[in-house]
Amino acid sequence: MKFERYGIGILKGMTVTIRHLFRHPTVNQYPEQRLNVSRRLRGNELIWNRERCTGCATCAKACPQGAIELVTATNLKDNKYDVTTYRVDTGYCIQCGLCVEACPYNALFMGYSYERAKYRRGDVVQTNDELLESAERPASGYYHPEIAEKLPRQTLLVERITEKRKRK
Amino acid sequence: MTTTQEMTLNTEPFVVNIGPVHPSTHGVFRMRCKLDGEVVIDIEPVFGYLHRGIEKLAEERTYTGFIPLTDRLDYISPMSNNLGYCLAVEKLAGIKVPERAEYIRVIMAELQRLANHCVAVGSMLNDAGAYFTPFMYTFRERERIIDLFDMVCGQRLTYNYMRIGGVSQDIPAEFLPALEKVVKRLTKFLKEYERLLKQNEILLARAKGVGILSKELAINCGISGPVARASGIKWDLRKADPYSIYDRFEFDIPTGENGDCYDRYRVRIEEMTQSLRIIEQASKQIPGGPIKADLPHIIYPPAGEVYAHIEAPKGELGFYIVSDNSIAPYRCHVRPTSLINLAALRQMVKGWKIADLILIFGSIDITMGEVDR
Repeated sequence: MKFERYGIGILKGMTVTIRHLFRHPTVNQYPEQRLNVSRRLRGNELIWNRERCTGCATCAKACPQGAIELVTATNLKDNKYDVTTYRVDTGYCIQCGLCVEACPYNALFMGYSYERAKYRRGDVVQTNDELLESAERPASGYYHPEIAEKLPRQTLLVERITEKRKRK
Repeated sequence: MTTTQEMTLNTEPFVVNIGPVHPSTHGVFRMRCKLDGEVVIDIEPVFGYLHRGIEKLAEERTYTGFIPLTDRLDYISPMSNNLGYCLAVEKLAGIKVPERAEYIRVIMAELQRLANHCVAVGSMLNDAGAYFTPFMYTFRERERIIDLFDMVCGQRLTYNYMRIGGVSQDIPAEFLPALEKVVKRLTKFLKEYERLLKQNEILLARAKGVGILSKELAINCGISGPVARASGIKWDLRKADPYSIYDRFEFDIPTGENGDCYDRYRVRIEEMTQSLRIIEQASKQIPGGPIKADLPHIIYPPAGEVYAHIEAPKGELGFYIVSDNSIAPYRCHVRPTSLINLAALRQMVKGWKIADLILIFGSIDITMGEVDR
């Protein structure tokens, strides 16, 4: 192959790389600096609302992995089902969110938290009270726009990165 | 002295295994290469290391329940897999998709094409020896597209966004302004990338004329997508057999001339420009209205069989579904783009050196999740 102006292409490429010396950095120091995650984040743990749940098991039917297990008992006094056990095996969960979409009573939410790794294998199976919403386990706005509105706005890289370094 | 020694040396072919765990085999692909010195005489692709039996798993899940698993087929472009599968089920059950959902689907599929080509181009140049510099440029841009996907469906890799008869949720209010910014940014980036690499002599020397795939061989092997278009075949399912609403948009089909690695790289860059054109048109025309057809949670499509195909970023992606009017598909077969595009690899690499083999393999752009399923 013939090159008539050898080196021109590489020099042109170098101008692009040199220009990047004067840019705002793209990366951030993760554990200290954190970006806001998506409002609809399908986080690690499922949130269950005990009051709204009627024990219909639509979520268990919708789950492609079979990670949700439900045990109900008839409550003859109030003429309804009592959910005695609601168990989610987070180890099987693929965070697809189909259970949240299927729930007809808005009793299920995806978790908004991440970094929820566990040290023991038994800890990934969560039962009843471990699934309730708390300050440590906020609910995400996935399929629940009313929750999504209250969450902080997602940091977008396209808005965050400017071409020139900003002066202080 | 040396010449006489050389003449008496017995040479015989030497077999080298590349992979299954090797950074440039894009996953767990293994090539058993027969080498003569540094020249490749023959290769034998070995795959199946990532087989998860996804087609079989479809038979024990509901039609909707299989959508999250389609994400795992070609994990570089899950949106396209979602689209292909949903189109097949809709065709089978005769479901009409609302207008707004169609537009959202097209925007998502084209954004996915951009994200996929960012990976494809970056990793191909990575294989060419430009260690991670062009890769970082493309990954920076891919990150911006992934931010948009994260915004609409809550995850960065396994989107599970499309549903049978529409999409799962409406796009949030901040999506379209952000999309506009991303499109503007990507147009700028493509210019920057062209400046960086279009005339780069090292890339030209490495990629031009290397790994030529002739038009006849491409057709005989059933190759589709950018690899086929680089060989001069003007075949794009978005034009040839318009699915969804692709017949409403104006765009060109870029083709190459020689069918070498450089053409495959060029075709991908040109396709990104065309995808941006489609996104611009779609985001302007997007109407209001419902985003999902009114369907029960569990559908029972009528008995029968269907094949639906889409132009996925890597080529033709087809889903063949047989239904027996029950809760789950009787059989679900995927026509994997990557596996069929690999068919010509053996003929393409013969006679090239082992460094070129890596580049040629990289220029086909495969994902092992789709090859092994």
